[in-house]
Amino acid sequence: MAIKSKPRVKVPSEAKAGEIIEIKTLISHEMESGQRKDSSGKTIPRAIINTFTASFNGKPFFEANWFTAVSANPYQAFFYKASESGEFTFTWKDDDGSEQSATAKLTVA
Amino acid sequence: AAALAPRLVMATEEMVAAELKKLYGDKSMADGKIKLDLPEIAENGLVVPLNIDVDSPMTEQDYVKAVHVFADGNPLPQVVTYKFTPQSGKAAASIRMRLAQTQNVIAVAEMSNGALYTTKAQVKVTIGGCGG
Repeated sequence: MAIKSKPRVKVPSEAKAGEIIEIKTLISHEMESGQRKDSSGKTIPRAIINTFTASFNGKPFFEANWFTAVSANPYQAFFYKASESGEFTFTWKDDDGSEQSATAKLTVA
Repeated sequence: AAALAPRLVMATEEMVAAELKKLYGDKSMADGKIKLDLPEIAENGLVVPLNIDVDSPMTEQDYVKAVHVFADGNPLPQVVTYKFTPQSGKAAASIRMRLAQTQNVIAVAEMSNGALYTTKAQVKVTIGGCGG
């Protein structure tokens, strides 16, 4: 199943230089494991989001490679050390080649 | 255990060891540095919260490069692999995972100097998170 709904991201809008902030993300996806069978006994093929990346001002700083053991509607929280104002880009890559992204602005005082 | 044949072929400790060998060969691993925060008992194996935190200053000279999480009683041993940078500030992350049955969750951290650390924790699962 392709990615179909808008991801949700929770990031503080302001931080002090050097402050470590927590970023929380959530996206709707079945994360079909490839282990389940349908009512006729046929295996339902694997279809998951396999890669999540986070960048700041175009520079990647965090990546997660998700496997079939990741729960449906994957939640991912992680951290970032603020140094300058700019924009986060978060990207989710699906097994089917589709991608979804979200952005968030951060102001460093 | 033979009388209770599993419905699915589950990953074993050997499969986890094989994955680690692919990643790091026969390199030795030390205990410690990694804090695995997991429930002792998971009532729902479909959604088991995992917090992982690796002790590191996260500077350009000394940081955590990667963390791999495995589960030795799932159909496939891999759960998640994290790649951190000094800009991460903290080598920590939280996720929710599926555990098919009671089993060990194993984490391996690779430091920027190549050193490897590992830890594991058992989670008792009352309702499995695999199959239909």
